[in-house]
Amino acid sequence: MGFKGRDIIAITDFTPDELLRLFNVAKEMEKYSKSRIELLKDKILALAFFEPSTRTMFSFQTAMQRLGGSVIWFSRAEAISIAKGENLADTIRMLNSYANAIVIRHKYEGAAAFAAEVADVPVINAGDGSQHHPTQAMIDLYTIWREKGKLEGLNIGVLGDLRYGRAATSFIYATSMFKPRKLYLISPELLRIRNEVRDYLDSKGIDYVETTKLDEVIGELEVLYVTRVQKERFPDPAEYEKVKGSYRVDLKVLSNARDDLMILHPLPRVDEIALEVDQTKYAYYFKQASYGVPVRMALLALVMGGVE
Amino acid sequence: MSKPEKELIVSKIKNGTVIDHIPAGTALQVLNILGITGREGYRVALVMNVESVKLGKKDIVKVENRELKTEEVNKIALIAPTATINIIRDYKVVKKVKVQLQDIIENIIKCPNPNCVSNLPREPLKPKFRVVERTPIKLKCLYCGRYITRDDIARQLH
Repeated sequence: MGFKGRDIIAITDFTPDELLRLFNVAKEMEKYSKSRIELLKDKILALAFFEPSTRTMFSFQTAMQRLGGSVIWFSRAEAISIAKGENLADTIRMLNSYANAIVIRHKYEGAAAFAAEVADVPVINAGDGSQHHPTQAMIDLYTIWREKGKLEGLNIGVLGDLRYGRAATSFIYATSMFKPRKLYLISPELLRIRNEVRDYLDSKGIDYVETTKLDEVIGELEVLYVTRVQKERFPDPAEYEKVKGSYRVDLKVLSNARDDLMILHPLPRVDEIALEVDQTKYAYYFKQASYGVPVRMALLALVMGGVE
Repeated sequence: MSKPEKELIVSKIKNGTVIDHIPAGTALQVLNILGITGREGYRVALVMNVESVKLGKKDIVKVENRELKTEEVNKIALIAPTATINIIRDYKVVKKVKVQLQDIIENIIKCPNPNCVSNLPREPLKPKFRVVERTPIKLKCLYCGRYITRDDIARQLH
């Protein structure tokens, strides 16, 4: 199945070959990520950010403008008619009549899938509740592909809130499509992967371990994907205080790391990666963020018909 | 010769539908799913906890003068997967089928995840689930991806 006209709801909707096709286009787009290539001239992209975002929204906006198209947008539901009681379906119908594609972020799981039912134009999921964040997962994989030159057979660690974190969940799905040698799922007991994710890993025959201790597995990892463990997830703040140190990446824990370890983070970072790590050879998260624009350029160009 | 009295708790129906082999104690849920309230006017008989060779105990529902359609009866497969449907015409069984659980369950139950888009009020949306496992039943919400177990289903259809 090609990309043209397609909804982008979950990373699992794609085959590894389709993702590699996207990455090859993204590599081409890197040349234009600070200039312009008129692939989507006269096209309009609607950005419907019912939940606030800076990074994702700006990178879609930048990507569309670099492709010669334009953007209409709102951020936060309060800004428009939703505050007056308009439902999601009507808002999507309105954007559908104005734009050639719609990017949606929403705090409810399944909002993008529902928007795609309502809209005729392609809908791109920019995060729905704790479920999916497919374009982030594309950027994450692209970073590994670009910087390591391969995606298969790696020892991959995912750290943080694996239960409610949509970026972490999408990354786990994404990396599982490329046969990791072993997947290390590092989180507090409370925030382990959901059952449906566990079933997915089992169905793919992925070799994975669930652990609470980063320091015990750090020496194995070639990629470490870091997300934040949020205090609000713990019913008892004292519990959080007890475990928070175990989920922080600093020079001490990295003293046992492999030379070729790559640390990724979807950003924004708070204190889960110490600032001192930024200067090390392991830090790839700013590079990863910079790939947001070319990957989204490639995706928009493919979905909106700018590239065959 | 007529059958012994104990087997004739309710009389035979002339025309309509008999739903047999319903798991004991779930006949009320079956009526609930079928949207039969008793206010429709036709005669409805409900027998609960009678002996069954196949199930030990079972429930039976008889609905007179209404032939249930296949898609209607398949809905009850969610809670009564063992049920059989007999269509009766002139006291005779003219059609007998086992209920079949469809691959997609639409608009019968709600997603228990409060953060699922299917629970937003005032949206033109029908909750939809894919059947992941049949025994014990496990569904997956086609919107939020969460699993729904038999307990979740029973809680909604009590």
